[in-house]
Amino acid sequence: MIPTHYFLVLSLILFTIGVVGMVVRRNFITVLMCLELILNAANINFIAFGRQLGDITGQVFPIFIISIAAAEAAIGLGIIIALVRLKGTVNLDQVNVMEG
Amino acid sequence: MDWLIAHFAELVFFYLAGIAVIGAGCVLVFRSPINAALALLCTFLAVAGVFVLAHAELLAAVQVLVYAGGIMVLFLFAIMLVNVRVLPEQPQFLRKLTPFVVPVALALAGLLLVAVWGIGHRPVGDLSALTSVEGVLTGNTEAVSWSLFMQYLLPFEVVSIVLLVAIIGAIVLGRKETSEEGA
Repeated sequence: MIPTHYFLVLSLILFTIGVVGMVVRRNFITVLMCLELILNAANINFIAFGRQLGDITGQVFPIFIISIAAAEAAIGLGIIIALVRLKGTVNLDQVNVMEG
Repeated sequence: MDWLIAHFAELVFFYLAGIAVIGAGCVLVFRSPINAALALLCTFLAVAGVFVLAHAELLAAVQVLVYAGGIMVLFLFAIMLVNVRVLPEQPQFLRKLTPFVVPVALALAGLLLVAVWGIGHRPVGDLSALTSVEGVLTGNTEAVSWSLFMQYLLPFEVVSIVLLVAIIGAIVLGRKETSEEGA
């Protein structure tokens, strides 16, 4: 039987990598990928605690999180397309003006 | 041999977790978005394997279908639509922040590790609820579906509205700016 804290440490590593990537990377597409990593880490936590407590709810909420992640990916990629059309770049350093 | 059989789940877990962490690290350092997307795909598949080890078989399937199938295809589409060949000449990291990143990341990881350590060696609870409905042995899919459609029906319907709004928003964002002729 795998102890719960193994899952939590895996989730912690993925979450930290995701946060660092969101802060450090300049490419908007990669920033969105790091956001997906963070959501995945949250899913691992839900499932690990649901398993520890023997509660099926821990496997229901990741379904909601995955739906939100899909919606976020669709919106984010729409934003990328609009950004490229407007500015011709996905580099976040060059996107520093609010009005188009 | 007995040790191997007794600890087989742990060994598989370490294998999958290693793939997941290496893939995530590659997402962090790869310059090309295509390479980062494929590394992310490896991470998603390894995490799906971890879900199987945690007795979440339905979620493992959903993870493969939605993340590896849907979201990654969306990412690859976006990368194809954006001309990425101009990107690698530009610096990929925020140089001013880089000296602070490693200590801050280690501090965050250490803080979370302290929180995790308290969970430590508590025994894992009764797993029968993950594969049964009201005491009757069924499958994981049926157990999750029962909870989803009996207890959490309203959030489920709200999620459908969220997805609808996201679809409309993505279409509006991705639409070409046209003149008033269509209006």
